[in-house]
Formats: sequence, C-alpha cells, structure tokens
Amino acid sequence: MKLPGVSAAVLTVLLAGPVATGLAATVLPAFGYLPVLGSSSFTAAPFTDLLQEPGFAASLFLSFSTGLGATLVSLALVIWFTASWYRTRTFQRVTRFLSPILSVPHAAAAIGISFLIAPSGFLVRLVSPWATGWDRPPDVLILNDPMGLAMTGGLIAKEVPFLFLMMLAALNRPYLGDYMKAGESLGYGKTAAFLHLILPQLYPLLRLPILAVLAYATSVVDVALLLGPTTPAPLAPRLVVWMNDPDLTKRLMASAGALVQIALTGLAILTYLLIELVVRKRHKAFLESGRRNRSDRFVRVSGLTLMSGLITVTTASLLLLVIWSMAKSWWFPAALPQRWDLGLIGSALSMNQAALGYTISLGLAAAFISTVLTLWHLEASSRDPKTRLLSFLVFLPLVLPQIGFLFGLKMLFLAIGWDGTAFAVLLAHLVFVLPYAILALTDPYTRLDPRYEKAAIALGKSRLSVFLNIKAPLLLKPILTTFAVALAVSVGQYLPTLMIGAGRVVTITTESVALASGGNRQITALFALLQLLVPLAGFLVAMTLPRLLFRKRIAMSGAR
Amino acid sequence: MTAMIRKLALGLTGLLALGTGASAQDLSWEDVQAEADGQTVYFHAWGGEPRINAYIQWAAREVERDYGVRVIHVKVEDTATVVSQVLAEKSVGKDSGGAVDLIWINGENFASMKANGLLADEGWAETLPNWQYVDVENKPTVRIDFTVPTDGQESPWGMAKLVFMYDSARIDTPPATLEDLATYAVNNPGRFAYPQPPNFFGTTFLKQVLVSTVTDPSVLSRELDPAVFDETVAPMFAYLDTLQTHLWRQGKAFPKNAAHMRQLLADGELDISFSFNPADASGAIANGELPPSVRTFVLDGGTLGNTHFVAIPYNSSNQAGAKLFADYLLSPMAQSRKQDPEIWGDPTVLNVAALPETEKALFDALDLGPATLTPEELGPVLPEPHPSWVSALEEAWLERYGTGAN
Repeated sequence: MKLPGVSAAVLTVLLAGPVATGLAATVLPAFGYLPVLGSSSFTAAPFTDLLQEPGFAASLFLSFSTGLGATLVSLALVIWFTASWYRTRTFQRVTRFLSPILSVPHAAAAIGISFLIAPSGFLVRLVSPWATGWDRPPDVLILNDPMGLAMTGGLIAKEVPFLFLMMLAALNRPYLGDYMKAGESLGYGKTAAFLHLILPQLYPLLRLPILAVLAYATSVVDVALLLGPTTPAPLAPRLVVWMNDPDLTKRLMASAGALVQIALTGLAILTYLLIELVVRKRHKAFLESGRRNRSDRFVRVSGLTLMSGLITVTTASLLLLVIWSMAKSWWFPAALPQRWDLGLIGSALSMNQAALGYTISLGLAAAFISTVLTLWHLEASSRDPKTRLLSFLVFLPLVLPQIGFLFGLKMLFLAIGWDGTAFAVLLAHLVFVLPYAILALTDPYTRLDPRYEKAAIALGKSRLSVFLNIKAPLLLKPILTTFAVALAVSVGQYLPTLMIGAGRVVTITTESVALASGGNRQITALFALLQLLVPLAGFLVAMTLPRLLFRKRIAMSGAR
Repeated sequence: MTAMIRKLALGLTGLLALGTGASAQDLSWEDVQAEADGQTVYFHAWGGEPRINAYIQWAAREVERDYGVRVIHVKVEDTATVVSQVLAEKSVGKDSGGAVDLIWINGENFASMKANGLLADEGWAETLPNWQYVDVENKPTVRIDFTVPTDGQESPWGMAKLVFMYDSARIDTPPATLEDLATYAVNNPGRFAYPQPPNFFGTTFLKQVLVSTVTDPSVLSRELDPAVFDETVAPMFAYLDTLQTHLWRQGKAFPKNAAHMRQLLADGELDISFSFNPADASGAIANGELPPSVRTFVLDGGTLGNTHFVAIPYNSSNQAGAKLFADYLLSPMAQSRKQDPEIWGDPTVLNVAALPETEKALFDALDLGPATLTPEELGPVLPEPHPSWVSALEEAWLERYGTGAN
C-alpha cells in the first residue's frame, strides 16, 4: 500500500519545505550575505555586532529565565491540581472553565491582565481613594518590571489552560481508576497515588506539548511587548526591532540574532531535559523510601486556591476587556466608565469586514486542511503511526522561533510571486497549525480500541466504511477539538500574516496590533474581543455538538 | 447641500489647475488622470489613530467617486515594516507590481528608502497640480526632510511640531524652559517621563534636549562625525541624568509611545505628556480620551518641527493612481478638513494666505479647539538633526539607561 508514503510526503513538504528554505534565507544574512544591501561576502561581523549591543547578555538571560520559569510553574500547577483533584466534581467544573480560556489569544489575555493589575488598573481603582487615600495612581513598578515577573505571570495564565487540555486528553484512557484504587489500597494518599502510578504513564504524552510551550515562551514577542521588561527587553522583541530598523544593515545583525534565539531555545530545552532527569532519579528514590503521604489536605487546598485564582484573574481580565470596549472615557480612580459609547462596536464590525472575512476563511481552511491531513495520515499509517522523521518535523515549527525563518520564507514566496496572496498566507499558517492538529489528534486516534475496526472488517466492511461509520463517530469529540485548536492557532498568527500577507491579506489579529499602536484603550479592548470571538465559537461547537448528536449515548457524549 | 458645495469647490480647483499650469504639464496630468482611472492604490499608513483612519477613509471615498481611483488603507503598526517589504521585493528582483503603492513616511525611513533606491523617480511630487499652493517659502521642511532634500520623491502631507500637554486642574503654570521642566520633574518624582527610544517620540525628546543644549548646532545638520559624538551629546546626557531617578517608575520602565503617555496623563499617572500634533489635546478632549481641563504648552526658544509626507515605491504599478491621491491630499479642501481638530487637527502644508478666496475661507472657518495654541504661541521651529544622528543617539541612550545596570 502506497498511501502512508503519500500522506507522509505531503506533510513533510508542507512542514519542512517552508522551514528549511526560510532557515537558509536567515543563515545567509547572519553571516553577512545579503546582496541587495551590497554585502556579498561571508563574515562573522553580524555576530560581533550582536555581542556589542548594550544589554545583550541581560536580554539572553531574561528570555531564558522567563521562558523556563513560566513553563515550569505552569506544568507544576497543572500537575499539582490534577493530582490532588482528579476524579472529583470540582475537577469537572474547572475543566469546563479552563477549556474556553484556551481560545483567548495571548495578546488579548495580556492586555486584559494589564488593565487589571496596573497601578492605575481596576484592582487599585476598586479600593481608591476611599481605602488607600490615593486620588492618583501610586508610582509603583508592576508591569514591565526588569525581572520579567509580570511577563512570566501573563505567560502562565495562558499556558496553564493549554497544558491542562493536553493533560485532559492524556487522562482520557481506560483503567486509570483501577490504578488509583490499587494505589489507595496500598495506603497511598490520593495525590501520592496519582503522582506515583498515573503520572508516569501520562508524562510521555505531555512531553511534546511541554517542549512546545517552552519554545514558545522563550521566543514570545507579543506578550513580551505588553508585559515584559524593556530595560533591556528579552531577545525576541529586540529581534523584531532590529529586523524593522530603518537602518537596513541591522537586518544582518537581526538574522544573526535569530540564530542565537534558536540556540537559546535549544539550551532551554536541554536544561528542561536535565531537570527532567534529576526529577526522575529523585522520584525513584522517593518510591523506594516507601513514604505513603496519606494526608494531602494542604496540597489539595493550595492546588485548588492557585487554580481558582488563575481562573478568576483571567475571567476578570476578559470582563474588563468587555467594559473597556464600551467605555469612551474611564479615568482613574473611577471604578466604572465616566462615559459610555456603544457605537464603536457596530462601526468596528462594518469597517473591518475584509479583515473578519480573511480571519474566518483562513482559519476554517487551515483548520479543515490540517484536520483532514492529520486524519488521512493517521489512517494511512495506522500500522506504524510513529514515523521518526515525521515526529521530528512536527516538532520543528513548534520549537523554532518564528522570526528565525519567516523573513526567509517571505523571500521564497516573493521569488515565486506568491507574496501577498491568501494562498501563501494559508500555507504559512499551515506550518504552525498542522503541528498542533497532529499533537491534538494522534493520541486519541491511536488509543481507539482496534477491535472495533477488526470486527467490522471481519464482517466485510471496507476501510472507508469503517472509518465513516465507526471511527469518525467515536472520534468526533477529539476531531472537533482538534479543529477548534487549529482554528484558534490560525486566528492567533500575527507575524506570519503580517509578513507574508504584505498588507494585501489582513486579519483581525494584524489589524488589532496596528490599531493598538495608537493606545486607544476602547479600540484595543474591542479588537482583543473580536480576536477571541472566532476561536471561542470553535470551542463552543466542539464542546456542544457531540452532546447534541449523541444525547442518547452517554459514553460518547463526553459526559461521564 | 454641503456635498454640492464640496463638489463645486473641487470643480473650481480642477479648473484653476487647468487654467494656470503650462500646457505640456496639463497634458501629462490629464494622462495621469486617465491612467489612474480604475486603478487600486494600496496606501500603507500608520493605523493607530481612529480619527486619522476615518479621515483617510473619507479621502478615499472622494477620489473613488470623482476619479475612479480605489484607495485601500493598509493599517501599519510601524512604517519600517513597509520599508522592509519594498526591500524584500527589490532583493528578489520584483521591479513591478509591488505590494505597496503609497507610504506615509518621513525622516529616517525616507532617508533609508532614498539611499537604497527604493523610491519612484525624482521630481514627481513637484509636478502635482496642487503643489503650487504648498508653502515652500515659510515651511522649508516641505522640501528638506530631516536635512535630507526630498528631490520631489515625496509629497508633503502635513506639518508636525513638538508640543507638551498638561492638566490645568493639577498644574497652574507649566514649565517654560528645559531647566524648569527638570526642576518640575525633580520636585514631583514619578510624574514625568518620556517614551523609550527607539520609539519615535522618545528619540524626538532626546533630539529636543540635544538641539537645545548643544554648543555648536551646525554639527547636527551634517552627517554624523563619530569623532565629535561624545562631546556633542555630553550636555544632553547631563540633563537626562538629572531626570533619570526622578522619572516615572524611577526610570526602570518607560512609556511605549506618545499615545501611551496620553493615556497615563488621563489617568493622572503623569503630569506632562507630549505630541507632534499641536491640536492633539483638542482632538482627544473632543474624543473623550483626555479630560477637558488639559491644555498645551511649548518651551521658550522653540521646539522641534518637521513635515510628514507620502512617497511612492519604485516598483508600484499604480503610480498614476498614487500621484492622483497624493495630489488630492494636497488640495485645499482636503488640507482644511485635515486641520479641523474634530476630524484630525493636523496643520496644513499650504500657504493659506496665498490661496484663492474661496479656498482661504475654508481655513478661516476652522475652530482650532480649546487646547490648541495659535501659530504665534507655537513659537519658533527648531530644525531636526541629520538622520544619521538618530541611531547613534538611540544606541548611546540604550547603553546608558537601557541595560539594567543602573
């Protein structure tokens, strides 16, 4: 059968083609080769320039520490909460809250959080001036602190829901309850039983998402711009500044910086793997000690407190976005707007139909293509689902910083005349959307009990019929979730849309960044909301459709 | 009714243009008009101000109706990305059909595009029919952009001048000089700030201090000589040093841009903000973004001023349409509308006194708003330094205040 070869080839071309050519076009300028600027000899000068940039070492350290810190804290929080509340009603409730939060784009969440915690933000307004005596905002450094704490917090607020969703997907397997019972009958507390017996089984499935989070967090631009330090800034936002400097020769240095960014992300991943190794060793020693940790009250209470705190902060931030989108004037210390204005909502919708149209059509197309391609590949290679090369390729766009190869990709599209077309933007989106689709769908697919298929084939059904009548309905929920994740990833793409779209293809995301550069909070809030509208719709459909379709089949409707 | 008057005024302008110019040029302008009909112009312009976006949309509607030119405003966050786009196109040899037809530009970005051959041929700007009304005599920056001659490769659109804003409910008398400003900042810690360079407004503040403190101003109008840099900027850094620890957030974080400062002024985090648009405060009051008590001031001895332009990239395939739109933006009708603070408040590049009566009346009827200074009160315009100083200034600033070492 030739099919697995074909699907793997299609995926390889879609993923590796753009990345490889993009990288090549970044490596050349990094070593001084960019003929259009009159430099056509190879030199290490871009790297030496980079080393002489003021605060370069501090920028490297910030990218590393905020990225690794945010990843470790998010992971710890997700494990902490899951371990102590797994198989409880509270766990179900939190699940319902966290999944929609995933649809909030990073930038929108960061904007909302800054409205909440700034010295002139909502929290201070609530208690001013009656309790604090402040009739003017205090001059304290909360946002953009030099250590990057606000930025780390913003990243955690967004990464926890993502890792939690991945955890939920991993938990969706049989017999876990039996393991828990076995653990408890051996005298372990609930939390300990989860950590010792279940987590080691789930961890291999969480690993790739964790590394993706780590790569993202060490190279993030938008959250860093909104919440991150600026004296100096982390490396990624500085790369964008250099890439856009009117002094065009700075592009050479920016390309060198992109390579350094790749190395830095690599180093963060290595560090993480090292930590993983140490934890594994420790865990073994802990198991051998035989401690049962029967009382886990403190762990449970604190886990729930942290998780509900996070949900409260994110929900409050979103509500603030809603209020700001209707506020004409809202000055400190007023806790509610002084003047309202609902007119902007209508005019923003009517004036941005083109952007909204592109957002929706690109998002649906990218989500559809990547979901179908993933299904095709899984179906075609079901006998050997783990092709090494492919899992490496899937990993590549997730761990490489976008700026590292987008400029090169743009040159490629320009050279073949596709720059500024919706098709080229769609291809660029697919590079980033496909990995998430594969990530979200592979595990549920491979875990499907193969006996259904065998029984149906034995009864004389064709593979297509088996897929359509048996597998697809059984997998409807993960397929829809994959579609929703893919849609959300596509809508969130800023740099790829901006660079490949060349102003001819604009989405709500690129428009919102341009509009937000003027600092009008009402518009900023409104567009942040528009940005989350489309993904939210996707997640709602993914959550409710299986319930509606399979009302009478409890095991398939997702209710348990 | 007003639409009819507008149409009439437009017709008049067109007639005037036909009646005054040399015949050869008229022919070529008619050719431009004929060629432009049916073209689509992608106008890449900063999109951060809803009022400006609405104005561009209005102008686009006018030229579509009257000349059949469709203008699409591509809202840009940072003009340098547009320079990048044209550069990328040139580097793969895409010498026609570029994505950009017209750019809102000035200063460093213009100098960079000019030096790298990314702009349409010289001279086109001064062949536009409405060029005749441009105030070449009293506004020299319409032909010299940050000391770089425009050579007709960009067409002036509006004038900018650095002004400061304060809330009169909190300050009785705003500082009148740079020294007063420093004293104010020291006495009111945490209530003054400037945006972080390389933000345009942050760099402008550095340049304002530099121009006001430099011993030999002529150095600044020439290409940067690295040998004299340290000595030239020493007084500027001495001034900034006195501010540093008294700045907002003790100088550990800076506002992102002028719009961010305006927001901070409205919330009472800052006492003073600044803008390049003298009517910004009036417009923001009308818009509900600033309290009605905000007023504008300038410093004795003058503040920096410049002109902003529109330019056509060398590889635009809709150059006729782009020229026609650039010309429309220069028309007395469009320029007077632009100067209305309720609409945008951007000062005109035209010589209003020399306009025909009907056009002059459009400007005379303008109400400049409660917080706008009169042209006399705005004081003298200080010239911008040569663009080559900008990156050196930004670098030196970063080294001193932006590395976390202080």
